[in-house]
Amino acid sequence: MVGLTKVLIVDDDEEFLSLYQKLLAQHVTVAGGVLTANSGQRALGLLESEQIGLMIVDLNLPRMDGLQVISIVRRKHPQTRLVVLTSLHDEQFRARAYALGVDQYWLKPETDHETGLFLEAMEALMRRDAQIGFRGVQNKSLADIIQIECLAQSTSVLRITHGVVEGRLWLVRGDLVDAETQELKGEEAFQRIISWTEGTFESLPGDENRTRTIFTSVQGLLLNSAQAFDEAAQAELQDPVAGARSGPPAPVLSDLSGYAGVECAIVLDEQAGVSEDHWGIHDPKQVADWTHKSMKEFRALGEKLRAGDVRRVFFIGWERKYAVSPVGTRDVCVGFQSSLQLGEMRDILRTILTKWVC
Amino acid sequence: MGLLNFIPFLRRSTDTDLTRLPSGTFTMDRKGSIVSSTLPTSFPLAHVREIGRCVMDSFRAARQSRIRVNEIHIHYSTLKITAKEMKGSAVVFVMPTSLEESSY
Repeated sequence: MVGLTKVLIVDDDEEFLSLYQKLLAQHVTVAGGVLTANSGQRALGLLESEQIGLMIVDLNLPRMDGLQVISIVRRKHPQTRLVVLTSLHDEQFRARAYALGVDQYWLKPETDHETGLFLEAMEALMRRDAQIGFRGVQNKSLADIIQIECLAQSTSVLRITHGVVEGRLWLVRGDLVDAETQELKGEEAFQRIISWTEGTFESLPGDENRTRTIFTSVQGLLLNSAQAFDEAAQAELQDPVAGARSGPPAPVLSDLSGYAGVECAIVLDEQAGVSEDHWGIHDPKQVADWTHKSMKEFRALGEKLRAGDVRRVFFIGWERKYAVSPVGTRDVCVGFQSSLQLGEMRDILRTILTKWVC
Repeated sequence: MGLLNFIPFLRRSTDTDLTRLPSGTFTMDRKGSIVSSTLPTSFPLAHVREIGRCVMDSFRAARQSRIRVNEIHIHYSTLKITAKEMKGSAVVFVMPTSLEESSY
């Protein structure tokens, strides 16, 4: 894979390809040029040989449809930005495209004004990538990202997702004014969010009128958290046992006994299907095998139907009910008393996952 | 760009060869054959069979692991499948969901 970042347009209409190739080349800053492909197969071939930063794809494609192409690209080329540009005015396909991980969904412009807006959006997408590498930040910490936003004097809301937990940071003209996650607000929420070492983030439109709850500067807050991390690391170095004790407690599945109606739990490695931890289960291997086999089948089915990821699975039995939820690279299976209703299971599971992930 | 207003390929439509996620119900006998279905005919039969096979396999795997399960609810980002086992046969409900509905 060589050369500068390119844009790839995928559509089975040659006239459309030709027109949009010219429009994008004229109005969008693309270092490596604009490529075209009239089928999904051809597009996938180009993705292997060229450095594609942005792929604009129609949904109506011959043989391999757009949703299928998106699904493959998102899995094999997670760094490539994906934009759907289609004439298909259908809410279900829009939802499915977003569920498969596209960045934007556009209806093919019908007027000059709409075309202008589309080209502006593509320009913004390319510029954002060029300036701060929105998707290429795996090696950057959250602190780096916040500092970049502040230096850019951004007014935005940073939504940070850490497993099933979500946090938000409100920035107004580069100043951090508020933070929120779970039950926490203000500086406490910021300290919790900044402790997350992995996850995803998204920049949402800002809110100039957000009430200020944070009065310390970003630099001050980051220094405080860095100091806290350093002290914890130092303590662990000097006395690993004490250090481990003073750190946040590791999640223990047996703690789940504190939740009414929860009877057992098992955590599985999503790929291998082996139990990493379990509590209250007589034969963990049996449960692990069944859960793993079912989840593997359901994931493959979701991919075939292009229905998006498996979010939750509930198994209802006379003796016990089970809820399985993917969390990162693991599947967490929780067993409940059979008397619990589906809604109650869902609420308890959500609370458990929130605490477990944190 | 004024020409864009007259170019036919830019007209929006709802016509497509893409498969829509269906809403409906189907039943399967204990051998895994589809007995009845209210799913639209536009939804490929192969997909219906695949859904049926998956849920039947999961019921079977539960039995083999001595776990008694008679109902499965699978929530995807944009689709919900509910399967109920009835003496070896099964009734399966399929319903598309919006992203907001599924984001709990």
